[in-house]
Amino acid sequence: MRKKLPYAYMWLVYAFLYIPILVVIIFSFNNARFSTDWNGFTLKWYDLLLKNQPLMDAAVNSLLVAVCAASLATFMGGLAALCIHRYKFTGKKILQGSIYMLTISPDIVMGIALLIFFISIKVELGFITLLIAHVTLAMPFVTLTVLARLSEFNENLIEAARDLGASEVKSFVHVLLPLTAPAVAAGWLLSFTLSLDDVLISFFVTGPSFEVLPLKIYSMVRHGVKPDINALSAIMFGLTLFLVLLAQFLARPKKKFLKED
Amino acid sequence: MQANNRFRLFSISSVWLWLGLFALLPNLALFLVSFLDRGETDFFIPVFTLDNYSRLLDPAFIRIFWDSMYLASISTLVCLLLGYPFAYLLARSSKRMRPWLMLLVVVPFWTNSLIRTYALIIILKTQGLINKLFIWLGLADGPFSLMYSDFAVFMGLTYTLLPFMILPLYASIEKLDVRLLDAAKDLGAGTLRSFWHVTLPLTLPGIVAGSILVFLPALGTFYVPEILGGATNMLLGTFIKNQFLVARDWPLGAAASTILTLLLVLLALIYRMSSRKAAETPLTEKGKKKGAADA
Repeated sequence: MRKKLPYAYMWLVYAFLYIPILVVIIFSFNNARFSTDWNGFTLKWYDLLLKNQPLMDAAVNSLLVAVCAASLATFMGGLAALCIHRYKFTGKKILQGSIYMLTISPDIVMGIALLIFFISIKVELGFITLLIAHVTLAMPFVTLTVLARLSEFNENLIEAARDLGASEVKSFVHVLLPLTAPAVAAGWLLSFTLSLDDVLISFFVTGPSFEVLPLKIYSMVRHGVKPDINALSAIMFGLTLFLVLLAQFLARPKKKFLKED
Repeated sequence: MQANNRFRLFSISSVWLWLGLFALLPNLALFLVSFLDRGETDFFIPVFTLDNYSRLLDPAFIRIFWDSMYLASISTLVCLLLGYPFAYLLARSSKRMRPWLMLLVVVPFWTNSLIRTYALIIILKTQGLINKLFIWLGLADGPFSLMYSDFAVFMGLTYTLLPFMILPLYASIEKLDVRLLDAAKDLGAGTLRSFWHVTLPLTLPGIVAGSILVFLPALGTFYVPEILGGATNMLLGTFIKNQFLVARDWPLGAAASTILTLLLVLLALIYRMSSRKAAETPLTEKGKKKGAADA
């Protein structure tokens, strides 16, 4: 009993986290427009979704931004992690501090700050502005993910490569990159999800010419429960589940090459 | 050596350039705009004024501010009370189970918050799950709705932000050395006493980090209160959003968001203090290493 009770508490919290989303998924197959009663299985809401052209366009836009933003954020974030881990330079403390502050900075502040910036330099809001915003949003998270990996990494390997005559760049490409690849990949996946999920920043920095999925969902959700939103939510949840599993699989620790205890 | 220096220069300068241009400069611009006047045709004109801040002393805004602080604080507190025991059990679960239990927390953490907020409507609305459950249990005899209330917003914030509390708590509890608790027990401390004097101080950074990750987004979000709370209660996030998109009063919105940034700085300082304090106790790795070296 003493052992069972704590687990019961854990499962209650899990129930709290999962029941709402599971209910949405179940109702996405419900053959009724308004009822919250089960009315038979259907796939018609998914069909309706696929025929919703503006929504599909927004989804394509979102995926495009997410892929570009994740790649650029992974590059910049990885580079930042490398600088912090490897080099000493003036302003390093400030750089580290800014990266930490960015991870906790409220999204709405980042959104309006970038809006003011883009309007001041007279850039039209659209793909480019959204891309820049999402890279800035995701980059610090990549840096932290990669830094965590670098901190458990055996420093002697780089030194060995350097002793054997590899240049700084070569030792990075052949030693550091393969070893940190899982963290880099996890960082990419996290950036991809951050970009795909973001409402608060996208709201301010994209224009009418470039509509994205979260904003479309937002305007749909404000009009209440609809079965096609249930279907869309189910798809988004499935995609997230896949990405998380992939990231966990990639980021699982490998004992080889790590610091010895 | 030349190439190495070039690579070093390239990486440091490109990181600085990006952050400087797209993070520091925009935030500086935001801060500056909060001291500017609003123009007739432009969003802001270069005339210095403190008017925006004095307009924030308006009772209507103070009301919005306190309502937001209240809801965000309550949500943070409930997340902490729910999340701490959970994170503790998670950190003490068997090595075999833990990755899976962990995964079950990470999935909602990564799931779109907008969709998770939407999912709550189905639970809270008239004829929703809670309503049906109450009727079934005989606690209610008709349809009722929990939507469009402070309670719904509180539920939404707690529900969407709970994983952001659990993960930092877990990280700090997992690092905790169990031997310290054994030592406290051997020295005669009861469960409560060793929790108060050992566990709590050492996991304080996790508590502060988790609270920041719940409190700030709770203050800054606008979609959770707009979807679940309706138009009845305006909160800080919606107020800021409206200044930019509805009222077109950018300087006022900038001033309101500067308050949010000040809160961020304050909380970051509290975090620094708490992690320093935890590191300075003789119970940590640092202290132990020093002790081992001395011996």
